[in-house]
Amino acid sequence: MDAHSLAPEEHFIQKEPYYEAVSNEIAIFEAAWRHKLPVLLKGPTGCGKTRFMEYMAWRLKLPLITVSCHDDLTASDLVGRYLVKGGETTWVDGPLTRAVRVGGICYLDEVVEARKDTMVVIHPLADDRRTLPMEKLGRLLEAPDAFCLAISYNPGYQSVLKDLKQSTRQRFVALEFDYPNPELERRIVANESGVDPAMAERLVKFARMTRNLKGSGLEEGASTRLLVHAGKLIAGGIDPVTACRSAVAQAVTDDVDMLAAIQELSSSIF
Amino acid sequence: MNAGEITQLLEGWLEADFSFRKVGPTAEKIAALPVDDQNFILDWTKRVASSNLEVAWQFARRAPALMDSMDRRLMEAWVLGACDVYDRQGLRHALTVMEAADHFAERQLEMTAGVLFEDVAGVLGNFVRGLSGRRLALEQGQHIYTDTEKLYLPGVLARFPDPADNFKLAKAMVAMMWAQTRFGTFRADLIQACASFPDPARALGQLHGLETLRLSACIARELPGLHREMERLRTALGEGLPAGWEPLARRLTQPEASLADSLALLGHATRLPDFTPWCYQGELRPEAAAATFEARREKEKARLRVKLSQLLEEHTRHEAPATPGEERPIPAFEAEARDEAGRLDMTLTLDGLPVAPPEDVKALLSSIYLDFGEIPPDYLVPAGDGDYDPSLLMDQTADPDAVWQGTYHEEGATFYDEWDMGREHYRKNWCVMREKEVTPVEDGFHRATLEKYAGLVKHLRKSFEALRDENRIEKRQHQGDDVDIDALVEALADARDGREMSERLFVRLHRTERNIAVAFMVDMSGSTRGWINEAEREALILLCEALELLGDRYAIYGFSGITRKRCELFRVKTFDEPYSDEVKARISGIRAQEYTRMGFAIRHLTELLKGVEAKTKVLITLSDGRPDDYFDGYRGPYGIEDTRMALLEARRAGIHPFCITIDKEARDYLPHMYGAARYIILDDVRQLPMKVSDIYRRLTT
Repeated sequence: MDAHSLAPEEHFIQKEPYYEAVSNEIAIFEAAWRHKLPVLLKGPTGCGKTRFMEYMAWRLKLPLITVSCHDDLTASDLVGRYLVKGGETTWVDGPLTRAVRVGGICYLDEVVEARKDTMVVIHPLADDRRTLPMEKLGRLLEAPDAFCLAISYNPGYQSVLKDLKQSTRQRFVALEFDYPNPELERRIVANESGVDPAMAERLVKFARMTRNLKGSGLEEGASTRLLVHAGKLIAGGIDPVTACRSAVAQAVTDDVDMLAAIQELSSSIF
Repeated sequence: MNAGEITQLLEGWLEADFSFRKVGPTAEKIAALPVDDQNFILDWTKRVASSNLEVAWQFARRAPALMDSMDRRLMEAWVLGACDVYDRQGLRHALTVMEAADHFAERQLEMTAGVLFEDVAGVLGNFVRGLSGRRLALEQGQHIYTDTEKLYLPGVLARFPDPADNFKLAKAMVAMMWAQTRFGTFRADLIQACASFPDPARALGQLHGLETLRLSACIARELPGLHREMERLRTALGEGLPAGWEPLARRLTQPEASLADSLALLGHATRLPDFTPWCYQGELRPEAAAATFEARREKEKARLRVKLSQLLEEHTRHEAPATPGEERPIPAFEAEARDEAGRLDMTLTLDGLPVAPPEDVKALLSSIYLDFGEIPPDYLVPAGDGDYDPSLLMDQTADPDAVWQGTYHEEGATFYDEWDMGREHYRKNWCVMREKEVTPVEDGFHRATLEKYAGLVKHLRKSFEALRDENRIEKRQHQGDDVDIDALVEALADARDGREMSERLFVRLHRTERNIAVAFMVDMSGSTRGWINEAEREALILLCEALELLGDRYAIYGFSGITRKRCELFRVKTFDEPYSDEVKARISGIRAQEYTRMGFAIRHLTELLKGVEAKTKVLITLSDGRPDDYFDGYRGPYGIEDTRMALLEARRAGIHPFCITIDKEARDYLPHMYGAARYIILDDVRQLPMKVSDIYRRLTT
C-alpha cells in the first residue's frame, strides 16, 4: 500500500483526536484564536502539546501545518525560496507562507531549537499587523482571520543557549502544560494503550518515581507518551518490567547506573 | 621467588630492621603459594606500606591464609577499606578492620559472593530518590539503620551465596528503612514507649518486630514486586513468625494500621517469644532519628513560614490596599496531605482557594508531614518580617577563614579524592577544598597595565577581532537560501554547449559560532611572590581584554593551600560573571599565598567545566613550578603523579588541559603530566603578559 501523500495545507484532521483537557486550555486557545492572538505552548516533552494542537485543528476545522524547528532552519525554509526548474527560477512557498495563504494553523514545534535570528521573521505575524513580508518576492502577505500561529518549547532545558528572546515570547499568549494529574494520566494511558486501569495505575506510579529523579542524574522523568508506549507493549503481551525497560528506562537515559536504578524501581512495582 | 628473596623484599618495604617485625615465617608462607598469588600479596603489601607500615605488615601476615578462601576482589576491597579507615580514623581503627578478616574466613563461602557498598550505592541511591517522600542519602556505616535523613548500609553485605541475592537484600534493607521514614515509624517517642517495660531494650526489639510486620505490609501494597523478592529472601533463610505472633501480624497488615497499632500491641508482644529479626530489617535507632528530627524541626518550620509569607505576598500584591479602619481577615493557609494508595500529594489552599506550591515548598510540606502525620497549624502562619534568624533559613556555610584561626571543620567544604602513587589507588575524600573570595584591590592596576602595554593591547585587539568568525556566503552549494546567479548562468551555458549541467546552483549563508569555555587556573603559591605575581596579573588583564572581544566564556581561579585540609581556590571570575570593575579589582588583588597543591584545583575546575555547555572546553594553568605542598608528602613524584591523574580525569571528561609555566626545569615533568605538546615554557617572566594571549589564540583556533 502506498503511503497517503498530501500537501500540508490540505492536512485537515478528520477524526477527533483523543485529548483530555488538563484545565481550561481549550477555552483559552479558542479565545486567543478568535481574537487573532498567537499562542505559545510550554511544557516538558511528551506531555501532550502536539496532541493538543491536533485536537484544536480538528475542533476549529483548520489545516495544521507543523514545522519541527532545528538549528539549521533559515528564514527561507519558513517563507519560501526560488528554485531552478528547467533553466528558470520559480518561487516555492515555505510552510509558513502556505499556512498564511490558506488561513490554517502554523505550528512551530520546539521553537528554541531554531536560531534566534530566524525566529524574527514571525514577529510581524505575531503582533497586530498579522502580515508576512516576503522580501525576495517584494510582497506583503496579509493573514486571513482564520490564520493561527502557535509555537511550542520546553523550558526544562536549563541552557542559556536555548531560551526564547523576550521580543519573541512577549508576543504570545502562553499556555503552560505539565504532566496531567495522576487520575487523568491513568485514564489517558489506559485509553491510549489499552491496558487495564490497574496496570495504568502502576505505570503512572512508576512514571512519578522517575520524575522524582529529575535533577539527580536524569534530565526529565518519563513522559506520558513513554507510558503510552510501555502500555502498548504490555497490551501486546510483553512482560511489564521488560516493557518499562525498553519503552521508558532506555528512552530517558544512557547512564548505566541510572538505568539500573530505574530498572529496580520498575521491578519493585510490577 | 623463594623465601629468602621474599624476606628481603618484605624487610625492605616494612623497614624490619627498625621495627623488629619477624618477616621470616610470613615470607615462607608466601613462598609456598603460586607465583600469581605471591605477586598479588607482595604488590599490595608494597602499596599499603607506602601509607602505613603496620597496616601493610598486618596484611602480609594474614594474606597467605586468606588466599584460598577469599575472592581477590573482596581482598582488594578489604585492604583498601583498611587504608581508607587509616586515612580517616587512624591506625587503631585500621587494625580493627584488618583483624575483622579473621572472621571473614569463617564465612568464606559467603564472602566470595558479597556485594560491596560502593557497587550498590549508586543504583540504590537513585532507587530511593525515586520513591516518594523526603530525600534520603545512602551512607556507609557499621550498622544498618536510618536517622530519617541518611540510610546506613555496611561496607560488605553477604548473607547469600549468590551476589544477585545479596544485592536484592541490600535493596530490601533500603526499602525497609525508607518505609520507616515514609510510614511514620518515628512519629512517636519510641524510647519513652519502651521505658515503662521491665526490659526496655527487649521491648524496643519487639516493637521493631511489630513495625517490620506493619511496614512489610505497606511495602507489599506500594511495591508488590519488591515484596515478592523480600518474601523469597526471608523464606530462603527460613525466617518466619515466632509462636503466637500470627494475630498481631494479621492486625498490622491491615491497610489502616499505623504506628499507634504497633504501640498498642507492644504490651502483648512483650509477653510473646522474642521476634527473631528478619534479614532485611536492620536496626531501629530512635535516638538517632530523634536527634536529626530535633535539628530539622525548627529549621523547616522557619523555612516554611518564610516561604509562605513570600507566597502570600505574591498572591496579595494585586489587591487594593486596605482602607484604614477596615478590618481585613488575616489570610489563612491550609495544607492537606493526601496520603492514599501509596501516593503522597500536598495541596495548599489560601482562604479556601487552591494555591500551586513551588517544588521547594512541596518538599518542605511533605518532609513535615512525614514527621508529624499532618501539617501542624502553627507551621502555616506566614512569618512576619525578621521573625527568624537567617541562620535557620540557609544552610550554614562556615567561614572558610575560621580554619586558619584554629577551628578545624569540614562544613562548607568540598572533598576531592587524591591519587596515591604508592598505593596505586585514590585516597578517598582526601582534599578538603574551599572556594574563597579574592579581596578586590582598587589601585588602578587595570588602567596602569593597559597603559604599560598600550601597543600590545592594540595588536591583540586586532588579532583577536580577526579571529571572530564572520558569517560568510558560500557559493555553488547543492542547497541554499538563494539562487547563485553566476552558477546558474554558467550551468545554462554549459547545457547549451551540450556539457553536463552543474547541480550546485545555490548560495547559502554559513554561520560559524565559537563555542568555547575556558577556565584559567592561576598559581597563587608563595613562590610567585613579587614579579611573577605581577606578571600573572598583567597577563590576566590583557587576556580578559582579548577574551571580551571574542565572547568566549571564561573563568579565572587562583589556587593555593597548605596541607590537604586547607586546599583553597580563589574565585577571581566565574563563568557567568561579566568582566566588571569588581573583577578587575580582584585580578589586582591576587596575592601570593601558600603552597602548590594542584590535584584538587584541577579536579574542581573540571567539575565546574562539566557544568558549562560548550563544544570545546579548555583548562589553562599558569604556573611557576612543580606541584609541592607542605609536610604531608605532596612533593616530588607523589605530587606529579596526582596532578597527572587529575589531568587524565579532566581529559576523560572531554576537557583539553594546557599549561603555561616559567619553571625552566619543567621539561623534566611537564611532558609526563600534560603530554608532549600540551605545555609551553617561557624563559622569561616578563614575556608572560605578552605571550599568554597569543598562546590562547593559537590554542583555540
